[in-house]
Amino acid sequence: MTEVAEKLTSKDFASDQEVRWCPGCGDYSILKQVQTVLPDLNRPREEFVFISGIGCSSRFPYYMDTFGMHSIHGRATAIATGLKATRPELSVWIITGDGDALSIGGNHFIHLLRRNPDVNVLLFNNQIYGLTKGQYSPTSEQGKVTKSTPMGSLDYPFNPIALSLGADATFVARSMDRDPKHLQTVIKRGYEHAGTSLVEIYQNCNVFNDGAFEIFTEKGSKKLETIMLENGKPLVFGENNDKGIKLDGFKPIIVDLNDASVNDLWIHDEEDLVKATILSRFYDDPSVDGHFPRPFGVFYVNNKKDTFDNLFNAQIAYAKETFGKGDLDKLIAGKETWVVN
Amino acid sequence: MTAHIDKEVESVVIRFAGDSGDGMQLTGTQFTNSTALFGNDLATFPDFPAEIRAPLGTLAGVSGFQIHFGSTRVYTPGDQCDVLVVMNVAALKVNLNGLKKGGVIIVNTDGFDAKNLRLANVPEADNPLKNDSLSEYDVKTIDVTKITRTALADSGLGTKEIDRCKNMFVLGLIYWMYHREMDNTIDFIKAKFKKNEAVMNANIKTLTAGWNYGETTEMFANRFNVAKAKMDPGVYRGIMGNQAATYGLIAAAVKSGLPLFYGTYPITPASDILHELSKYKNFDIKTFQAEDEIAGICAAIGASFGGSLAVTGSSGPGIALKTEAIGLATMLELPLVVVNVQRAGPSTGLPTKTEQADLLQSFYGRNGECPVVILAAQSPADCFIMAYEACRIALEHMIPVFFLSDGYIANGAEPWKFPTAAELPAITVAFAEARNKGDEPFMPYLRDEKLGRPWAVPGTKGLEHRIGGLEKQNITGNISYDAMNHENMVKLRQEKVDRVANYIPAQTIDNGPEEGDLLILGWGGTYGALKTATLQLRGMGYNVSHAHLRYLNPFPANLGELLSKFKKVVIPELNNGQLVKIIRDKYFIDAIPYNKIQGQPFMAAEVVAKIKEILD
Repeated sequence: MTEVAEKLTSKDFASDQEVRWCPGCGDYSILKQVQTVLPDLNRPREEFVFISGIGCSSRFPYYMDTFGMHSIHGRATAIATGLKATRPELSVWIITGDGDALSIGGNHFIHLLRRNPDVNVLLFNNQIYGLTKGQYSPTSEQGKVTKSTPMGSLDYPFNPIALSLGADATFVARSMDRDPKHLQTVIKRGYEHAGTSLVEIYQNCNVFNDGAFEIFTEKGSKKLETIMLENGKPLVFGENNDKGIKLDGFKPIIVDLNDASVNDLWIHDEEDLVKATILSRFYDDPSVDGHFPRPFGVFYVNNKKDTFDNLFNAQIAYAKETFGKGDLDKLIAGKETWVVN
Repeated sequence: MTAHIDKEVESVVIRFAGDSGDGMQLTGTQFTNSTALFGNDLATFPDFPAEIRAPLGTLAGVSGFQIHFGSTRVYTPGDQCDVLVVMNVAALKVNLNGLKKGGVIIVNTDGFDAKNLRLANVPEADNPLKNDSLSEYDVKTIDVTKITRTALADSGLGTKEIDRCKNMFVLGLIYWMYHREMDNTIDFIKAKFKKNEAVMNANIKTLTAGWNYGETTEMFANRFNVAKAKMDPGVYRGIMGNQAATYGLIAAAVKSGLPLFYGTYPITPASDILHELSKYKNFDIKTFQAEDEIAGICAAIGASFGGSLAVTGSSGPGIALKTEAIGLATMLELPLVVVNVQRAGPSTGLPTKTEQADLLQSFYGRNGECPVVILAAQSPADCFIMAYEACRIALEHMIPVFFLSDGYIANGAEPWKFPTAAELPAITVAFAEARNKGDEPFMPYLRDEKLGRPWAVPGTKGLEHRIGGLEKQNITGNISYDAMNHENMVKLRQEKVDRVANYIPAQTIDNGPEEGDLLILGWGGTYGALKTATLQLRGMGYNVSHAHLRYLNPFPANLGELLSKFKKVVIPELNNGQLVKIIRDKYFIDAIPYNKIQGQPFMAAEVVAKIKEILD
């Protein structure tokens, strides 16, 4: 990583292309937060590469004055793997959506996570297909009425956080477009993680799925319906921070802090996979009685798994060290030759 | 000791056939290596089932390996064999019609017991060893199993392990028949079984037992000498097609000074390229076994964006999956080599059998107007230079290039007068250079005389730019929906392919005069059979010539003129007529198709008969 002589500003990361998302789209906020975070990373612009697939979110690279590729549907993860493996010194970002990553690109998505190259995934989840004008997506709730499902969708949705943990991702987090500070913090933490960082971002599509996350993002309900994860801190939520989560064995229980002590609450431990797995299942329909609040923040971090790019290049270095630099003439001739006079 | 009479023969075709677990491929490969080292010219044809362990003893499980070697030039594995080695009745049943009348059959009698007859669907009453159905052949019956077991009685090995040595007995016997040295195979056995001395000794003992059997029994009246072939002077080695393709890719990486990235997914018959490349990490060769075909090519595109020589490899079904990404590479105008080791299709087809039926897929198998450069190798050794050429063109023209091989040449072997690294043509690559504030803005789609665009790799200061699958404005590379720009870009991408014709060799006539009654026009792996047929036809007094295409898109600039000098043009292909469509379309000539779609290569005799039919 090269040091930057002069600190860059968010404007240095904005390209000259007109941003063409619908007015009011949550993507604007995400773009803004990324452009705000990048100067703080103290890295020259040319080292950043943004790779996207297809979908509204995948227009993102065009608006960043960095290297970028707007590729084909679902494949940004695979393209980024090839780039990062061969150019490990670059900062590689994958911009994808719920359709791009979890539907057409589902296979590459899980394999990216298990391989763990040091790349950052920003998964814009709006629970709808926007670019194709409003069909249900693999994260849409069952029963979703859309153009393609006038009688309601039949598919059960994916839970992206649980899916990522299941694929042995080493950094799993969730944030939202409407909370700029939280989003910036989570993006930055994802960048700092050595390995694949998965940041699911709840993003409002105000044209085809307006208000999908309102209950989590609006002032009136946010405190009661969300739980902001902080490492080493108890799981507290509620209008006046008056509720908490306790573990009874492996069973989470919501308690009223007027009756129970904060000392008995579940303390968030980012490195605990079992707890992260339980947290990932806080995925209830908010209209159901007794539902759990939706967690935001970093669910899980695993710093023990080496990155794919490290392992990949270590083998090359080892081979060169052990066998010496390859000799083309020797290779072509092989071990057995004969001479014709 | 029995006296044997030595006979001189010009060339011999031997086919080893047995159950897929009988080690026939190994036996054939060993005989090939020793024969190559002896100095014969040769060509081989491994012919094996798709199943790794097909049901024992059945017709479906028969694995064959044919070798044609001689003191004269050899271009094909031979139409019919002189010697057929069969380990069981199924192997005889499958291969007998490929044996010359009067040919030698060496039979392992143990493979003709009641069980083997039943497995091969031969009624016991019709046991070919017990009736006169083989009376036209010279049948040598040997109970290989029994002799091997006796020889290894005190080896300390179990029956299963002992029986695995049977193929060495046959190999030893054939070595004796053709005066071959066994040293090379003994060295091979020593290296292969260095960790298991008992098995090593058993194999060597059985090999020697085979040789001694020939020497001491009176079963064989003759031994045969096949003199060294008169080849062009030089240093040779034996090479298989996939191996040659691998070395061609590595050579291109070394000569271009770039690391090679091979993104792929295992598929028959292309996997050996992955296996081979994986051995050479010290050449900066980076292999990536992806989760699927699409990820294989996409990772390669990512590596190409980053400045590597990027290659993906597969066979037809995998290429079908890569289609969309090939379109992306065409839009991105990045270098990419796509290797297609063709096999019989459609769909899964016949995975281990050869065909040339992906030519139209290579030309047209993508959405939109999406031309790519297409090259094809004509023989196992030719895979080296054509894979190298594919890389050269991809890198120097910033364009995706198809390299077509096929199952026949991929697994076939031949002697190769190999080049030195210094003799290979240079591959010139220059990345776009860094820019400072105040410099002219960088134009990612500004073109050079080849119409290639700059290769601006991430990490280079001042070259930040975005590329993608959406239509580009020429020069700036910005997204453009402009109607005339799109038409212009489609034409530019076509012109970019067409201009490659200025950087490839002119088409030559391989054999025969430059004008005449009939031209045999072939492409790819049929070269050996068409060359042999042409030589035979010319020997019979027919006025025919043979030209063989290795550059298919664009065609060499002089091809139209070359074709116009012949009254008739015949295009033999192992497909239902693909090149013939393109030639008719492009040159407006009444080219005559000749097609074989049996998963098997052409036999020279078939081609000779067809041409005679056309001319007589």
